[in-house]
Amino acid sequence: MKALVCIKQVPDMESKFKINASGTWYDENNLAWRMNEYDEYAVEQAVQLREQFGDVDVTVLCIGPDRVKETMKKALAMGADRGLHVRDDLGGEKGPLEIASIIAEFAKDKGFDLIFTGMQSQDRGSAQVGVLVAEMLGLPSVTTVVDFSCDGTTVSAKRELEGGVRAVVRVATPALVTCQLGMNTPRYPTLPNIMKAKKKELLSVEVQELLTAESLLTTEQFYFPEKNVGALVLEGATAELAETLIGILKEKTTVI
Amino acid sequence: MKIMIVGECRNGQILDATYENVAFAEKLGGDSFMFMVGTQAALPKYEGKLYLADAGECGEFNPEAHKQLILKTVSIEQPDLVVFSHSSYGWDLAPRVALALKAAQLSEVVDIKEGAYVVPACNAKLRRRLRPKSAITVVTLQAGAFSPASEPTGQPAIEPVSCDPSGAIEFCGYEAAEAAGVDLAKADVIVSAGRGIGKAENMEMIGGLARALGGEFAASRPVVDAGWTEHNRQVGSTGQSVSPKLYLACGISGSVQHMAGMKKSEFVVAINTDRDAPIGEIADVLIVADLKEFIPILTEKLRAL
Ligand SMILES: Cc1cc2nc3c(=O)[nH]c(=O)nc-3n(C[C@H](O)[C@H](O)[C@H](O)COP(=O)(O)OP(=O)(O)OC[C@H]3O[C@@H](n4cnc5c(N)ncnc54)[C@H](O)[C@@H]3O)c2cc1C
Repeated sequence: MKALVCIKQVPDMESKFKINASGTWYDENNLAWRMNEYDEYAVEQAVQLREQFGDVDVTVLCIGPDRVKETMKKALAMGADRGLHVRDDLGGEKGPLEIASIIAEFAKDKGFDLIFTGMQSQDRGSAQVGVLVAEMLGLPSVTTVVDFSCDGTTVSAKRELEGGVRAVVRVATPALVTCQLGMNTPRYPTLPNIMKAKKKELLSVEVQELLTAESLLTTEQFYFPEKNVGALVLEGATAELAETLIGILKEKTTVI
Repeated sequence: MKIMIVGECRNGQILDATYENVAFAEKLGGDSFMFMVGTQAALPKYEGKLYLADAGECGEFNPEAHKQLILKTVSIEQPDLVVFSHSSYGWDLAPRVALALKAAQLSEVVDIKEGAYVVPACNAKLRRRLRPKSAITVVTLQAGAFSPASEPTGQPAIEPVSCDPSGAIEFCGYEAAEAAGVDLAKADVIVSAGRGIGKAENMEMIGGLARALGGEFAASRPVVDAGWTEHNRQVGSTGQSVSPKLYLACGISGSVQHMAGMKKSEFVVAINTDRDAPIGEIADVLIVADLKEFIPILTEKLRAL
């Protein structure tokens, strides 16, 4: 079996973001980068598939500048077999349609039985790429999956709906699955596996070789929302903060 | 502008998201009509044309069939805009429809400004204003961003639509959410733990503060996913909705999905090291502090009262 996992490198969401010079995205300098949280579940699920069947080859794909290779190495250390880096210094500003076109162009003749993506990215959050890739490849896709099993030819999955209700579905491979938080427990790479990952194949190709779509959107502005200054912000010494808070709770609520 | 509203029906019930989509269409102005896969037995309260496909025939969850039905309706009505909710139904279906229509898709729209669409980025810390370049546009709307001003009314004029219900994905049924062992809805005080607590052991500290306040403890999703507490204590769009007199959000950033479950709380206190955390937007008080230092001292002082 062959599996493809599409991952993205995103900034730590607790970063101090700044707007870039063109006012269309965040400034990518001086940020701490990590694997998109949803994609960690995707990598883990593919690696579990290999542990289940043995003969599963797991390719991890990531689009972005050279720095994304760090995130790819984490996926390789988690157990993916090989990496395909699509080098694109402007990857962060590409929308879901372009990103999906790149992935589909790469995957179209590779015969992947299963493709895993995160259900969305933490920075852009469009929740489109996985479904678009599947549609471009003519494959069925199941989104927002919190429970996954596969017997080799059929996937049984549970989609998470609002309120925690789940929809149980079945689909034959080849298929694409978008992974939701909590789908499994992503492993931490061990030191020996980090060492082993250094020897794994990690090829780079230029984005121009794979990009086939053009954006249908213009970003007019990227900005910080006006702060709803509802909250009283309290800073200072811990003991005093606690006293102040108790005072506020006594005054404003009936709970103490 | 002609707007196609995609309604949602689950287990034979019209979902509120349907009426939020209607409210959005009304806000934009122009003609609208609705499409829904549902049943004659439960019709949406809507004054206008409703293209209705029978859920019994084509399945409540069958993305391929629903896509075909929407494309068919689009070809009859030629709308400029197709409106979904940014829900498990909408984000699954919208990209399928958008690609087939060569339409720009804007996900999780929260506002319209200068005729362009505003969507959140980076865990709601930032916003993007986007303008589509395509002839037809597909949007999904963030839950709660466009609420109906008044109780929906009306009787739709039904236009039946049907299609080939076969599809690669077999829907085997719904599984109910885990039953709640604790009734968070009844608690006056909820102390809620987020990923910022750092490790499972710190749940004890959260529980201790909850006891000192005579309340219950709860958690955001990552805390549940990590197995630090049970799912029936999760607050948010895929957990429980609560409205206590006091909600203490400890190390919770304030994602849309979390806030969906606690924004009706009477008084919200957030404890967070990041003074820019979006939780500050709905909190009454934001304590900028390390919860590992702050909570033990607060708990001690409360016990001494
Ligand atoms: C479809 C869908 C459904 C979802 N449903 C839910 C849901 O029902 N409920 C839910 O909660 N989430 C849900 N989520 C997940 C949601 O998007 C967020 O990922 C999640 O709410 C984040 O949880 P958090 O705030 O605890 O963690 P984070 O966003 O990681 O925030 C941690 C916070 O802790 C602060 N912090 C860190 N260290 C400290 C410290 N020492 N002291 C004080 N503060 C500290 C940080 O500044 C940060 O603000 C859903 C997501 C999707 C896509």
